[in-house]
Amino acid sequence: MSFLLTCPNCGEREVTDFAFGGEVVPRPSSKPSERELNTYNYFRRNVAGLQREWWNHRSGCRAWFLAERDTTTNEVRWVALPGA
Amino acid sequence: MSERLPPNPRERINRARTINFSFDGKDVEAYDGDTIGSALHASGQKVLSRSFKYHRPRGLLCCAGQCPNCLVDVDGSPGVRACTEPVRAGIKVTHMNAKPSLDFDVMRATDLFGKPFTPPGFYYKTFIRPRRLWPLYEKVLRNAAGLGRLAKRQADREWRTEYRRRRADVLVVGGGVAGMAAALRAAELGADVVLMDDGPELGGAMLAGQDADSAKELAESIRAAGVEVLAPAAALGFFDGLVPAWQGNTLHQVRADRHIAATGSIEQPLIFDGNDLPGVMLCSGAERLASLYGVRPGETAVVATTTDRGLESALALQEAGIEVAGVVDARAGDGSEELLGALAAAGISVHRGTGVVKAFGRKHVRGVVVADLDDEGRPDPASKRGIDCDLVAVSGGTMPATSLLLQAGAKARWDEASGSYLPDGVPSDIRVAGAVAGHEPRNCAAKSGAVAGAEAALSLGLGSEEDRARLQADRASLLRETEGPAPAGQARTQDAGSRNGKCFACLCEDVTTKDIDYAIEEGFDSLELLKRYTTVTMGPCQGRMCQLASIRQMSEDTGASIEEVGLTTARPPWSTVPMGVLAGRPFEPAKRSAVHGRHRELGGNVMWAGDWRRAYDYGDVRAETMAVHEGAGLIDVSTLGKLVVSGPEAGAFLNLLYPNRFDNLKPGRIRYGVLGDDAGRITDDGTICRLDENSFYVTTTSSGADAVESWFSWWLAEWKLDVQLTDVSQGLSAFNLAGPRSREILSGLTELDCSNDSFAYLDGKRANVVGVPCLMLRIGFVGELGYELHCPGPLAEHLWDSLLEAGAAHEIRPFGLEPQRILRLQKMHILVGQDTDAESNPLEAAMPWIVKFEKEEDFIGRWALEAVAERGAENKLIGFTIENGTVPTEGAAVVVDGQPVGLVTSSRFSPKLERSIGMAWVPAALAEDGTTITVSDEGRQISAAVQTAPFYDPDQELLRG
Ligand code: FES
Repeated sequence: MSFLLTCPNCGEREVTDFAFGGEVVPRPSSKPSERELNTYNYFRRNVAGLQREWWNHRSGCRAWFLAERDTTTNEVRWVALPGA
Repeated sequence: MSERLPPNPRERINRARTINFSFDGKDVEAYDGDTIGSALHASGQKVLSRSFKYHRPRGLLCCAGQCPNCLVDVDGSPGVRACTEPVRAGIKVTHMNAKPSLDFDVMRATDLFGKPFTPPGFYYKTFIRPRRLWPLYEKVLRNAAGLGRLAKRQADREWRTEYRRRRADVLVVGGGVAGMAAALRAAELGADVVLMDDGPELGGAMLAGQDADSAKELAESIRAAGVEVLAPAAALGFFDGLVPAWQGNTLHQVRADRHIAATGSIEQPLIFDGNDLPGVMLCSGAERLASLYGVRPGETAVVATTTDRGLESALALQEAGIEVAGVVDARAGDGSEELLGALAAAGISVHRGTGVVKAFGRKHVRGVVVADLDDEGRPDPASKRGIDCDLVAVSGGTMPATSLLLQAGAKARWDEASGSYLPDGVPSDIRVAGAVAGHEPRNCAAKSGAVAGAEAALSLGLGSEEDRARLQADRASLLRETEGPAPAGQARTQDAGSRNGKCFACLCEDVTTKDIDYAIEEGFDSLELLKRYTTVTMGPCQGRMCQLASIRQMSEDTGASIEEVGLTTARPPWSTVPMGVLAGRPFEPAKRSAVHGRHRELGGNVMWAGDWRRAYDYGDVRAETMAVHEGAGLIDVSTLGKLVVSGPEAGAFLNLLYPNRFDNLKPGRIRYGVLGDDAGRITDDGTICRLDENSFYVTTTSSGADAVESWFSWWLAEWKLDVQLTDVSQGLSAFNLAGPRSREILSGLTELDCSNDSFAYLDGKRANVVGVPCLMLRIGFVGELGYELHCPGPLAEHLWDSLLEAGAAHEIRPFGLEPQRILRLQKMHILVGQDTDAESNPLEAAMPWIVKFEKEEDFIGRWALEAVAERGAENKLIGFTIENGTVPTEGAAVVVDGQPVGLVTSSRFSPKLERSIGMAWVPAALAEDGTTITVSDEGRQISAAVQTAPFYDPDQELLRG
């Protein structure tokens, strides 16, 4: 895997600068059923296509941010700091 | 140096300077500018290697680093191509795949048996039975297989490679005329251009021909235009837009917005009996030898060809001073009239409609047998005749070098007119130029390059309307020039009658045409299967010399058209590269604490602990353990992760992360915390000291420091609380001063009142100790009265020295990791990752008290832990003792009725308690004090008594005293 990713703080960098945090899975806001909890903990959608995911600029500013990446082409369409 | 030709203007050698090196112990004289291969050939050493399977002698074939024939070992590095490796004074070159010597190789026996001795799959089929003999077979086979030998000692095979990243607008792969023209045009239009080529000099196919001077001029002009030239730098592959290239000690990783593939084409060998004999060379190889190194490839040549390339080559060789005994052209009618006329004028006879059926000679070619070919390309046995020669220059057409393009996602399309596979469906950010695009002749290659360069630059928004107009015109004229029929390639000629002949389709892996026939008969009748079964195209040449040949033969054998047979994609690396280059610098980052030097001076046995170098002990585990119990001990715990969490919502933040409460912790007090995830699993642990209303000092395990920092900052990003996180792990050192006399020692070094009343267990205080500002945490990981002193790294050595000095009167000893492990085990303090695994939760890991379900707010892991609490613990982490002093192996099974039900996570002999102690996971039903469990350890059955309270000081009297 090799592509460029843009850190919202630092700019465009090789993907090896970053740590992958997996697809964004919202944490249940209130007590989930056991099935919901297991789905949250263990199941991922693993889409072939556009996916929203967490990235950490580990070898840079160490910020966590969100990115939308096409998992079939590694094209990154959007990045942002959470809440920004 | 009798084998040198008269000087010519293109030669790279400097005849005024000689250089000496050795080959298999013999001294060889070379000229400055020679390659190892050219020098050896000139010195009369025509056999350079023995083949992979049959150990047949092999010599120079391509002279361009494209085939497996010249692999040698240079100063202990195996797999170096002699034909491209420059000669350096004093190097020791040895052959690789022959025992005892290149001249006499016992393994040649595999070749000389009447029948093919090792057809494809031979090893798998033969050595599988009986099974028990495999170890013996393996030993022999391993010895016989492979090519080179790696140096035994690690130090002798280390590479120091630097990685370099380069961003560019345009990357051009290939420095022939097309590549250079492309780079020049793109640079003229303002693009930032990188060009890489695997040769030492730009020019590609031009260098050995008449246009060598214009190649030099072009190379100068592209440098002047600001193109960064990487040469010799072989492109290794195409990885999602990243193209790595190896150049000496640097691995360039070039990422460009546009790519131009100008990778050229590869001349193909011909297939006939004995086509691998030394003296059989590609036309281009023979020309390169003569032209670039002034080496006579042979005295008398026969040129065998299927295209006009061979006709040109015959003229070039004769002009260089080599007698050409004849041209054997497989085509009956085609061929350039102009070239044929020139050959006639030069007195070279051309045998049209004729093919070579055999090259003969023992270690070198002495002649060829040729025969007329019928319409199908089959030789007519009645017409066989011999021609004496010591050089067979062959040219079976060219194959565009499409591998990188295929790796990038392009397809290859069989082009009947040119008799080759041309790239098709090339991704939009890539342009193709020159021979790889089928634009072979020189003038048209240059135009093809200029068009590609302009297209790349213009597509990046560079250039003007005028440039666009010029591109249109260039495109149109290129189209006109490339139209019209190209010479057809008809490469395979084989004497159907000669069953013992060895016609090599693949030189790397010694695959003959018969092997391919067998494999297809056995049912491996698709190219992908054939490749895997026979390993054809999988050797060092990566299909350069054999792919077309195997496709042609498969087509002939199966009746499928060449188009239907298709093409396989050569995997990276496209060019040979030492593994060490890819591995990068052989360095292992080591973290050392600020007082690391002291551990060495004190005789510490320093070992790896994660990234850290730590003292395992100082020579006497028992004495160090007892010192902590009886006097005092000092251990360096600077490796702990240390985070300052501050801000108005810091307490709330920690409440969300940990299962217990921190918002109600009083400033100056400490609480233990276990971190987990939402599956309830333990991920780390440590102590948290509230420094003041708004800030907390959090310690983590040594190995978990980075992960905890990243975990905290991730949740902070999600929750967006008013909290700041500062990682102070690297800046602060920490020492644990422990033992009954630690208070006395500390009191003497600080003004702080250290009495139990004012500095109680789980108090955290800030004070100067010997003038060093410290945060002192009174905690008890090792189970005795103790203080963890955290201080700025630069002052740590002074603090360490002062503590040991002041402690001398109190029998202080530095203690290492091993004594600490015994001491903490006595207290049943868990080590995350040792006593817990990815399934452990705090309820089962003997810490139910730490989970505060009564806490109002949510916390990470709450729901999962609630489910565990509801269901009830299945397994529990317990302590055990063994009276007779046996120490079971960590990881040994706890068994019930011979079935494993749990496992020992820690075990040690405690010198203080004088028995074996340990911790183990067992089914909840066994987790009762007084229960006896059975540990099965390497055949021994050991009885152990379960104990749930700490082995030492269970009521914490010593700790709190
Ligand atoms: S002769 Fe050296 S690689 Fe072909």
